Amino acid sequence: MGEKRNFRVWRGDDSSGQLQDFQVEVNEGEVVLDIIHRLQATQAPDLAVRWNCKAGKCGSCSMEINGKPRLGCMTRMSTFEPTETVTVTPLRTFPVIRDLVTDVSFNYQKARELPAFAPPAGVAPGEYRMQQVDVERSQEFRKCIECFLCQNVCHVIRDHEENKPAFAGPRFFIRAAELDMHPLDARTDRKDMAVEEQGIGYCNITKCCTEVCPEHIKITDNAIIPMKERAVDRRYDPIAWLGSKIFRRDQLDRPAGYATTAVASRPNAGTTSSPAEHAAAAGAQGDISMNWHREAAVGHAAPVGPDGKLPVTEFTGELAGAQSPFGDDVAFPMAVQDITYQHPTKPDEH
Amino acid sequence: MTNIERHNYDVVVIGAGGAGLRAAIEARLAGKRTAIISKSLFGKAHTVMAEGGAAAAMGNANAGDNWMVHFRDTMRGGKFLNNFRMAELHATEAPERIWELETYGALFDRTSDGKISQRNFGGHEYPRLAHVGDRTGLELIRTLQQKIVSLQQEDFAATGNYESRLRVFAETTITELFVENGRIAGCFGYYRESGEFVLFETPSIVLATGGVGKSYKVTSNSWEYTGDGHALAMRAGATLINMEFLQFHPTGMVWPPSVKGILVTESVRGDGGVLKNSEGKRFMFDYVPDVFRKQYAETEEEADRWYTDPDNNRRPPELLPRDEVARAINSEVKAGRGTPAGGIYLDIASRRSPEFILKRLPSMHHQFKELADVDITASPMEVGPTCHYVMGGVEVDPDTAAAAVPGLFAAGEVSGGMHGSNRLGGNSLSDLLVFGKRAGEYAARHADEAVKRAKVSAAALNAAVETALAPLGRGEGGENPYTLHSELQQVMNDLVGIIRRRSELEESLGRLADLKERVKKVGVAGGRRYNPGWHLALDLRNMLAVSECTAKAALEREESRGGHTREDFPKMDPNWRRVNLVCSLRDEDVRLERKPLPKMRPELMQLFDRAELSKYLTDEELAEFDELAGKADA
Ligand SMILES: Cc1cc2nc3c(=O)[nH]c(=O)nc-3n(C[C@H](O)[C@H](O)[C@H](O)COP(=O)(O)OP(=O)(O)OC[C@H]3O[C@@H](n4cnc5c(N)ncnc54)[C@H](O)[C@@H]3O)c2cc1C
Ligand code: SF4
Ligand code: SF4
Ligand code: FES
Repeated sequence: MGEKRNFRVWRGDDSSGQLQDFQVEVNEGEVVLDIIHRLQATQAPDLAVRWNCKAGKCGSCSMEINGKPRLGCMTRMSTFEPTETVTVTPLRTFPVIRDLVTDVSFNYQKARELPAFAPPAGVAPGEYRMQQVDVERSQEFRKCIECFLCQNVCHVIRDHEENKPAFAGPRFFIRAAELDMHPLDARTDRKDMAVEEQGIGYCNITKCCTEVCPEHIKITDNAIIPMKERAVDRRYDPIAWLGSKIFRRDQLDRPAGYATTAVASRPNAGTTSSPAEHAAAAGAQGDISMNWHREAAVGHAAPVGPDGKLPVTEFTGELAGAQSPFGDDVAFPMAVQDITYQHPTKPDEH
Repeated sequence: MTNIERHNYDVVVIGAGGAGLRAAIEARLAGKRTAIISKSLFGKAHTVMAEGGAAAAMGNANAGDNWMVHFRDTMRGGKFLNNFRMAELHATEAPERIWELETYGALFDRTSDGKISQRNFGGHEYPRLAHVGDRTGLELIRTLQQKIVSLQQEDFAATGNYESRLRVFAETTITELFVENGRIAGCFGYYRESGEFVLFETPSIVLATGGVGKSYKVTSNSWEYTGDGHALAMRAGATLINMEFLQFHPTGMVWPPSVKGILVTESVRGDGGVLKNSEGKRFMFDYVPDVFRKQYAETEEEADRWYTDPDNNRRPPELLPRDEVARAINSEVKAGRGTPAGGIYLDIASRRSPEFILKRLPSMHHQFKELADVDITASPMEVGPTCHYVMGGVEVDPDTAAAAVPGLFAAGEVSGGMHGSNRLGGNSLSDLLVFGKRAGEYAARHADEAVKRAKVSAAALNAAVETALAPLGRGEGGENPYTLHSELQQVMNDLVGIIRRRSELEESLGRLADLKERVKKVGVAGGRRYNPGWHLALDLRNMLAVSECTAKAALEREESRGGHTREDFPKMDPNWRRVNLVCSLRDEDVRLERKPLPKMRPELMQLFDRAELSKYLTDEELAEFDELAGKADA
C-alpha cells in the first residue's frame, strides 16, 4: 500500500480556474500520470488530461510539473521528496481548454506552413539509395514525438502572443533542418525559408528548448545553429546591410538573417534569458493561483522594424547594448499582477 | 433539439493510425473529399508505439527472400487459419508500400549499399523488417502525417484552403454509424474538447480504429483501444471473425508498476537477448514444438553461433513465434520458477556489450532508464505476457476491404482474417499500408458509384444524441464508469486470458452479462467539455460487446491454435482449421455462427511441402493435395 502525498492540480477552463489540492495515494514506481489517473478514478472523474502511450512515445501528456515542462508519463514520483507538494499545471504557451488540456493547434498550423519533403525527380520508388551516416543526421530530428514542450518553453512565444504569427518555433526549426539535411530532398532553399518564413531570426539560442526535449534532440546545436550559420554565411554583409537600413529602410527585406548574427556570435549577450532563469521562474510554487488568462502586459511588444521583425543588434537599436528579447520598454522585476508565473523571490512555504 | 454541426464528405475515415492515414491519402489521391477522424491528436495514434519494424520481402538483406517465402511465413504463423488471399496480397504488395513511404520522406535505416536495412524478427525466415532504430511506428505515422500535410499544401495552392479536400478532425470520437436502406449514410460523434456533437453524411466509411486491448488489465494498448470500430461495425450489421484470437506479447514489462504492460521488443531477442527463469536456466529449449523442431537450434552453442553465422546454424528458440514464447513463459511462472513479480528474466546485459545495446536498442534503453530507472545494459528485465493485439476483426472482402454493409470498409487492426490465429511481428505495419491503401481506393470507388446518397434520418440522429447524453443525465447517481472498467478488465484478465478453460469461460459470460446491465446505468458527473469520465462511459458498451465476442468464440472453439489456448483442448485440431467463428449482433446480444474458411488456391498450396501441411490439414484435404501434386508431377 502506498502513502498519501499532496498534489495540487490546476482546474478550470478558458474563462477561469485555480489550483486545487488533493491528498492522493502514491505507490512505488509510479509516475505523475499514474497519479492523475488515480485522481480521475477516485476523486475527480472529469479531470481532463491528454495521454496515449504512457511510454514517452506519443508526446500527448505534456504538462508543467512544479513549473517545469515535462511528460507526465515520464516523470517518476521518486524524483520528488515524500513531503513535497507536486503542482501540476497546463502548458503555459497555449490556450487552456480544460484542466491540463491545452489548445495546441498553433503547432499544426505551423507544420502546414513548412513545405513538405520534395521527392527527387526521376528516382523511382525502390531506387532510393542513401548512406546510413547521411540519414542519421536527419533521423535525430525525426525522433521528435511532437510533445511541443520545446514550443511551450521558448520565450519568443511563451509570453508573446504577438510573436506567434511570425515564429514557427524549435519543433519546426528541426523539421526544416531535417529536410535540409535529407540526402534526397530536392529543395535547396530550406535555409532561406527558415529565415524568411519561419522567423528563425527571433531565436537567440537560449537553449531552453534543448533542455526540455524528452527525446534529447540537440535542437539548438544540431539544428538551429547550423541553419542560422549557413543562412548567415551566404548573406552577411554588414556594410551593405547597414546602408540599406539607414538609407532605404522601406526597402529592407531580410533583417532577421542579420539579426541572428549579433546574438549567435554572443550567446551570453546581456539580457537574453537563460535556461536557468526560465527554470527559476517556472519552478517556484506558491499559494497565489496563477494568472493564466490575463491579457499580455502592454509593453511586451519589442520595437520591431517596419517589416515586423526584431532588429537584435546594437547598430540600429534605439539603445546601446543588445536588446532585451522581452522588449526594451519592459522594466524588471515586473509587478506581481503582470506576471504569469509564481515570482521566484517569493519564499516557498515548505 | 441540440444544435448539431453537419459535414458532407465523399469518404470518411475513422482512425488516424497507419491504416486510416494511408486510406485517406488514397481516397484524396482519387479526387475524393475526405475526412479523417481520430480520438487523439493528429499523429498520436497507437501506431506510434510500434517498435520493431514493418515486414516486407524486399530481399535487401538476403536475396533469397521473396513474396512466396513471406506468404509461407505468414500462413505458418497464423496456423493456416489466415484468409489466404489477404496473406497473398499482403506479401506481394508490402514492398511497394514501403518504397512508396520513401517518396513521402521516410528515412529507414540503411544497408551498406544504401538500401533499406532489414532485421530479423520472430517467425520470419529471413531478415525482413524495414526499421528505424526501434521507433519504426513513429516514422511510419509521421511520414504519413507529413504526406497528408503535403497534400493539404497542394490543395491550398489550388484552392486557397488547406482543408478543401482533406480535413483532419482530431480529438473527435465517433459513437454511431448510420445505415439507411441497407447502405452507409453517415456517422455521428462528439468533439472531445467541447462535447459538441457532429454529424458526417457520407456514402463511404473506412473503419481504421485499431484494437481492443483496453478490456484487459495488463496490456500494451492505450485508452484508444476500446474496440469502437469492432462494435460500430457490428451495430451497423457487419460481422466479426476470429475474435477468440488475441495476441499476448510474451515480453511485456511486469515490474516496476510504472512500466507494467510496456513491451520489450522482440529485437532484444533478435539481437542476442535470452529468457531465463528464476533458477537461471535458459528454458526455451524445452518448449520447441514439433512443428518447429527442424528450424530451431537444440543446444545453446548452436543457438549462439546463429547470430554471426545464420546460414550454417539453426536459430535460437527465443525467436519462436510469440505465442509459443508466451505459453512457455506462462508455464514457467505457473511451475513456480517465475520472478517475484510473476514474470521471467530477459537478459541481454550479460551477453552483449553496453555499446552494442546502446547502438541497437537506443529508445528501449532510454525508455527504461527514464521510466523505471532500469539500465538494460546492466541488469536483466522482468517480463511476462501482455495483451497486445487482436487478430479478430471486421470480416472483409480481401481485395476491396469491404465489410458486409455496402459503403463500409475496414483496414488495419480492426479488420480480421489477414493474420489468422496469430500475427507475426512486423506484419501489422505492412498490413496497415497494404490494406489501408486498398480500403481507401475502394471506398473512393464506392463513393463514385453511390449516385443517390442516402440521407440520415432525424429519428436515427435523435436516438444517437440521446444515447450519448444518457450518462450525463444520470449524473453521479449512476454506476461509476471507472469501477465498471476495472471490473471488466479483471474478468477478462482472469477468465478470458492467455490460457483458457471451459468453466472459466462460462463464468465470464455470466459476469459480462451482469456488467452489461450495469453499464446501461452508468452515470458521470461534470459537463460535456473534455470530460474523460463521460468518454469512458460511452466506450464501455463497445468494450463489453467486443469482450462478449471474445468470450463466446473462445468457449466455442475447442482446440488450441495461435492466440487461443484452451487448457482442456491443448491440441490443434485440423477440423477446426476449416472453421471461422463469425460474430454478429442481434438486438444487443452476440450471436455466433460457424462459417467455412475460403479454400486456398492450388498454386499457393504447392508452396508448402507435404510434411508441413500434414500438421495442419485434415486427411481429406491432404488427399486433395496429393492428387494435385500427382498431376503436377505427371
Ligand atoms: C507497443 C506496441 C508495439 C508494436 N510493435 C509493432 C511492430 O514492431 N511491428 C508491427 O507490425 N506492429 C506492431 N504493433 C502493432 C501495430 O502497431 C498496431 O496493430 C497498428 O499500429 C494498428 O494500426 P491501426 O492503423 O489499425 O490503428 P491505430 O494506429 O491504433 O489507430 C486507431 C485510430 O483510430 C482512432 N479511433 C479509435 N476509435 C475511434 C472512434 N470511436 N472515433 C474516432 N476515432 C477512433 C484512434 O484515435 C486512432 O487514431 C505494436 C503495437 C503496440 C501496442
Ligand atoms: S534556443 Fe531559446 S529562443 Fe531559440 S528556439 Fe530554443 S527556446 Fe526558443
Ligand atoms: S523537439 Fe523534442 S521537445 Fe520539441 S516537440 Fe519534438 S520531442 Fe518534444
Ligand atoms: S502518454 Fe505518450 S508520451 Fe506520455
